[in-house]
Amino acid sequence: MDTQVHLKMSNICKAFNGIPVLKEVGFELRKGEVHALMGGNGAGKSTLMKILTGVYRADEGAVLLDGQSIEIQNTEDAEAHGIAMIFQEFSLVPSLTVAQNIFLNLEPRTAMGLIDDRACVRKTRELLQELNVDIDPNTPVEQLGVGYWQMTEITKALSKNAKILIMDEPTSSLTENETEVLFRFIKKLKEKEISVIYISHRMDEIFEICDRTTILRDGKWVLTESHDSLTIERMIEHIIGGNMEQAFVWSERQYDRTGEPLLRVSDLHSGSRVRGVSFDLHRGEILGIAGLMGSGRSETMRALFGIDPIDRGEVFINGSKTAIRRPDDAIAAGLALVPEDRRVQGLVLDQDVKSNMLLPILNRIKKGLFVDDPAGEVIVQDYVRRLNIKTDNIFKAANLLSGGNQQKIVLAKWLVNAPDILLLDEPTIGVDIGAKTEIMEIIRQFADAGKAVLVVSSELTELLALADRVIVFHQGSVAQQFDRKNIASEEVLQHAIQG
Amino acid sequence: MQSKANSLPASTRFSLRGFDWRRYIVYVAFVAVFFYFSVTLYDEGFLSTNNLLNIARQTAMIAIMAVAMTFVIGAAQIDLSVGSVAALSALISALAMQAGLGMFGGIIAGLGTGALIGLINGLLITQIAIPAFLVTLGMMIITKGLAMWVTDTAPVPILNESFTFLFGSGDLGPIPVLLVWMVVIGIIGHVLLRKTAYGRRTLAVGGNENAAEFSGVNVKRIKLLVMVGSGMLAGLAGMLYAGRIYSARFTFGEGDELSVIAAVILGGTSLFGGTATVIGTIFGALMIGMINNGLIIMGLDVSQQMVVKGLIIILAVAFGKKAAQR
Repeated sequence: MDTQVHLKMSNICKAFNGIPVLKEVGFELRKGEVHALMGGNGAGKSTLMKILTGVYRADEGAVLLDGQSIEIQNTEDAEAHGIAMIFQEFSLVPSLTVAQNIFLNLEPRTAMGLIDDRACVRKTRELLQELNVDIDPNTPVEQLGVGYWQMTEITKALSKNAKILIMDEPTSSLTENETEVLFRFIKKLKEKEISVIYISHRMDEIFEICDRTTILRDGKWVLTESHDSLTIERMIEHIIGGNMEQAFVWSERQYDRTGEPLLRVSDLHSGSRVRGVSFDLHRGEILGIAGLMGSGRSETMRALFGIDPIDRGEVFINGSKTAIRRPDDAIAAGLALVPEDRRVQGLVLDQDVKSNMLLPILNRIKKGLFVDDPAGEVIVQDYVRRLNIKTDNIFKAANLLSGGNQQKIVLAKWLVNAPDILLLDEPTIGVDIGAKTEIMEIIRQFADAGKAVLVVSSELTELLALADRVIVFHQGSVAQQFDRKNIASEEVLQHAIQG
Repeated sequence: MQSKANSLPASTRFSLRGFDWRRYIVYVAFVAVFFYFSVTLYDEGFLSTNNLLNIARQTAMIAIMAVAMTFVIGAAQIDLSVGSVAALSALISALAMQAGLGMFGGIIAGLGTGALIGLINGLLITQIAIPAFLVTLGMMIITKGLAMWVTDTAPVPILNESFTFLFGSGDLGPIPVLLVWMVVIGIIGHVLLRKTAYGRRTLAVGGNENAAEFSGVNVKRIKLLVMVGSGMLAGLAGMLYAGRIYSARFTFGEGDELSVIAAVILGGTSLFGGTATVIGTIFGALMIGMINNGLIIMGLDVSQQMVVKGLIIILAVAFGKKAAQR
């Protein structure tokens, strides 16, 4: 492999209001490599990247590009040096075509000074062909899958001669298929000597696509190592700064598997995705659901919680048949759902921690006609402490908190309601490893208290660490069931999922 | 009691930490405009009790509709039909009394007309999923047409004196009944928004409809209720217009929807829903009324008044926004 150094950041220091956020951090990126940048929240990853892209200026330190010292004063400088950030929240105009997006604001002109659409399309087609991407430049972006949005965005960056791409959680909204296509695309970029800095919390992905990893912790450089020698266990140890926690190790849990199930789902049909789902969930049990996106796993959760209508089939809770038409029915029956997208479905982002947490239980904390705020605040304070939610106070808007703390608020708002059955859809997506272990522990404690958990996760490591049993969804119904102790490895499960 | 004492300092600390300009700009602007007119129009009697009470009388209807509109906008909806609804409700109420149904018949007819139109608005929004802007734009035109149609544009006199006293013309001692209505509706609105589950849910729907649905909030019911509330208070405003001049006319409320929305936004409610304040709204309405009044005393033409009023509204909102960004 070519080991020419493409970018070197050395001795980077940055403080905000006298509080150091980066302490003599070094970072080295080789030409044509995909380099993972890892660390928990507050480790300094995003500050380092903001320095590289000119959003912030470093207090001290140097940046070398191809061996030449460069100054990055602002975002224009970064762009001029070929450093581009691929945004997590996409910066494309959905109604415009691929070509129009790529040349937005830089459209080629005709002699008359009008936009030269044909040149625009032709140049786009050349760029796409060069990268082996099979998209028609005339397709409006909104008609493409989300995976292609990112490719369009990357192509746009490359059209401006970007050489170094920074990708922050690029797969968080992609399906497995889209992720695969994106990864093939990234591998193509490597051949063109484009270097990628890859930020993600998903370990499996990092080992699949990246060549090396740099880990930061508490604003300091901890390690840079090739994936030839680095293991997942050591990676986790370095990120959390201690021994790998017990959270990721499965241990057999005791509960009664023979009695009346707490939840029995029988031949459930909902929409086109859920076609005859049946399973039992016992008290004290954590039941994992595995399956591809679109296999009906999330849709089953939605139907059980009354978001999507149940077309056919029966739901029994504690042995009695329960009709669920709306979320309030589900809540009254003792169900709670932590949805897959916390920003869209889980939280009112502009509202504070307190309002979010109390939303499902407003009726329960009434004093006469009015909401009893002091009582509500006591409850919220209690859960902020119990779940270790890091916030200055309970009146802070939810969007000012980190992903992990936001997810804990979504969990808390349901724990506050004391449900019997917790439905969790990707409970740790986009959450750093520290918060992830805490959330997993909360889930176990909930089940230990004689309640039951149904958990959907694409991260098999997590699923295998949590679940007592795993059911595998395939095309809208349960294709296979496993006792956790009979699953020897992730590969077994992976194989079952692929069908 | 103990917990109450504990919770207070926390909230106070929070409000002192960051001054929320969007929320408070209306009070700053209100005081500024008030001082300006007090000084420049002192000799013309701007500060006389009579003039100040006049401002309250002129503002009451807008303020009352704006209280309901605060819930509508807080839930990220809009109601453009309020002005026309006020006119139609006033006419139906007057016609009911003319037909011998008495004061209570008139009240029920007026409020009922408003509530019914609000209900139709709400059902179209929730059941057929037409955006509120379009539903109420259409309803504004339909209602206006109906208001002109019912009496062939003729005004309907109101002879019932208890009705005219209670709705608009009366005074309780020195205090105009209109001011009492404004204060009472304001207090009810404020308590409903801040202290009840309905108010919290309304803001949750406006802030993130999806998350509200996933939290078990009946989103459709909330949307329906805010529209019914808006229609009903528009009906009340129409009756107040009618009681004040002892007759109902189809011209009532013309252009009020814009003043009402301006009052709500000036008051600090987010145009996109999620945050709202009834007290701010009342002050927004009072400020618009005060500007109207001051400009008339200054001797400006109607045309000049409109230009200045528009400018002040834009400036206040722009200043609030700029200050918030700093």
